[in-house]
Amino acid sequence: MAQKTYRDAVREALREEMLRDENVLILGEEVGVWGGTYAVTRGFHGEFGDKRIRDTPIAEEAIVGAAVGAAMGGLRPVAELMTINFSLVAIDQIVNNAAKIHAMFGSQARVPLVIRTPAGWGQLAATHSQSLESWFAHVPGLLVVMPSTPYDAKGLLKTAIRSDNPVMFIEHSRLYGVKGEVPDAEYTLPIGVSDVKRTGRDVTIVSWSRMLHVALGAAETLAKAGIECEVIDLRTLRPLDLAPVYDSVEKTHRALIVEEDWTTCGMGAEIAARIGRDRFDSLDGPVERMGQVEVPMPYAKNLEELMFPDEVSVAEKVMKMVA
Amino acid sequence: MAPTSPLRLRDSVEDAPGIDATAEEAVDWFRKMALIRRFEERAEEAYGRGKIGGFLHLYIGEEAIAVGAMAALQPEDDVITHYRDHGYVLARGVDPKRAMAELFGKATGLSKGKGGSMHLADVKRHLWGGYAIVGGHIPVAAGLALANQYRNLPQVVACFFGEGATNAGSFYSGLNLAAVWKLPLVSIVENNRYGMGTAVERASAVCDVYRKASAFDIPAARVDGNDVLAVRNAVRRMADRSRDGGGPQLIEATTYRFRGHSMGDPQRYRTKEEVEEAKTRDPIARWRHAVLENDLATEDELRKIVDEVDAEVEEAVRFAENSPAPDPGELCNDVLVAE
Repeated sequence: MAQKTYRDAVREALREEMLRDENVLILGEEVGVWGGTYAVTRGFHGEFGDKRIRDTPIAEEAIVGAAVGAAMGGLRPVAELMTINFSLVAIDQIVNNAAKIHAMFGSQARVPLVIRTPAGWGQLAATHSQSLESWFAHVPGLLVVMPSTPYDAKGLLKTAIRSDNPVMFIEHSRLYGVKGEVPDAEYTLPIGVSDVKRTGRDVTIVSWSRMLHVALGAAETLAKAGIECEVIDLRTLRPLDLAPVYDSVEKTHRALIVEEDWTTCGMGAEIAARIGRDRFDSLDGPVERMGQVEVPMPYAKNLEELMFPDEVSVAEKVMKMVA
Repeated sequence: MAPTSPLRLRDSVEDAPGIDATAEEAVDWFRKMALIRRFEERAEEAYGRGKIGGFLHLYIGEEAIAVGAMAALQPEDDVITHYRDHGYVLARGVDPKRAMAELFGKATGLSKGKGGSMHLADVKRHLWGGYAIVGGHIPVAAGLALANQYRNLPQVVACFFGEGATNAGSFYSGLNLAAVWKLPLVSIVENNRYGMGTAVERASAVCDVYRKASAFDIPAARVDGNDVLAVRNAVRRMADRSRDGGGPQLIEATTYRFRGHSMGDPQRYRTKEEVEEAKTRDPIARWRHAVLENDLATEDELRKIVDEVDAEVEEAVRFAENSPAPDPGELCNDVLVAE
């Protein structure tokens, strides 16, 4: 299989679906002439033209609102929000319109919409460095996908575009350059299915997006010390598929959730609550969580480096859990 | 037309030497306005009996806008509205039984009892629903228009909202996008003078609301929203222009809400005298007068229509009362499209 970057995997999914279905269009800030601020849609404007690759004003409420209406009207828009931070400007459209329209009107209308947006950071300070996936995973009526690998990103994005439901498809700016195996042949992956990325008997680590790679790095280190971690990639945050997590906890009796978001009211809180409720008797100790330090992101590089769990801190946490 | 010039009202009821409407149209508009009025009077009464819950925003006094606009639009034209929305669905010919059942929260309602008064939709009739976050549906309207433009469909989108929505960011960002993309979108701003209880002068830096269209350099008009013929003609003109590739258009229809914002509004923000004065411009009474003056129907014919409308609304109330509540098993249905 070919090695491709996460960026190219996303790009291939978009391009293949645009070629497959003329009702797929892309709208967002700098998706066209500029080629995408993270270069995901580079070359698309030349290939597909103004009609299907639509540069928009910097007005996220209008981008998502128009995408909602276009989806109701029979198109399959892929709206790009330059970063997930800007989704807050569009939150009324996402929460009150995209997520509600199918139910509120008694299933008369549907909103086959994908909102692509990256989480991420890199000395961008407080308002441009957030994760926020739990905000959207909170809302019935949305599907929330947050892939960690190029393979998953491509297969899940193709499914998201074909879905008749609104999908928040959350990428990560620091994953775009990550390489992985992506088959050349057509494939899709189901939304709502977690994936065991590494098997092990001692501790279950639950993660997604960039932190999945941190967890895998820690697991590699720990394996050298004879501690085998099972690392599970949720891939989809709504609906949650915890079946592989439960199976794993029955084997390991210990669970650690590693997320990039703040832990208060975060995804990890929900996952820990469910493990505690459904596999209480399997646990040898409390479900542990690691996430971002609970402060607005500082600009200074040395402070930023203190913000997230890393392979060392995750390995230390696991060592304590098995001690 | 210069963007900031209001439409001349040559063909309004008072100004026109004759009436640019057939007898059939004239009677149909009278019937629809009477139907909306009676429907809401009975809804108000049912609310008092506890049969309707939550908010109930009455359109009484504003009926000429919905009826005039629907008369101008094609049946395939898309309509998306704010939450004071009973008039639009009735004006487009939705069965009052299904609308009333929705207000009653019954399984037979337009949205199976899941939307209520503020969220009436009938997608088969291109009624894309009432939206209750002020201004939030304006970008969605632009999106519906984008779908029509993209698919080379001839229909325009008519988007209704109150003057209060023109102070929200979604009005600006939505219409700006529509103007940049020259989308077939006709915005109809119902200026009833109050956003809830705050007068337009206290909430909007520009009180001649149609002038806000100059921010997007799109054609704008102001019409007397209590004159069904003037509304019909203005919407027809603007919709035709939009349909012919003229891009978005904006109409300010001036009107007055005879009732409170919703049920239980103490109306401290206006005087009884002001309301009574406004009622002298009742759109139904005016149209009735115009129809009779121009010999488009007789008093007996109009009285018979009112009787028929009363009976139709009584039947709608009975239907709503007797319809089953949604099955509890419906609670978790329709959140997502099954895939």
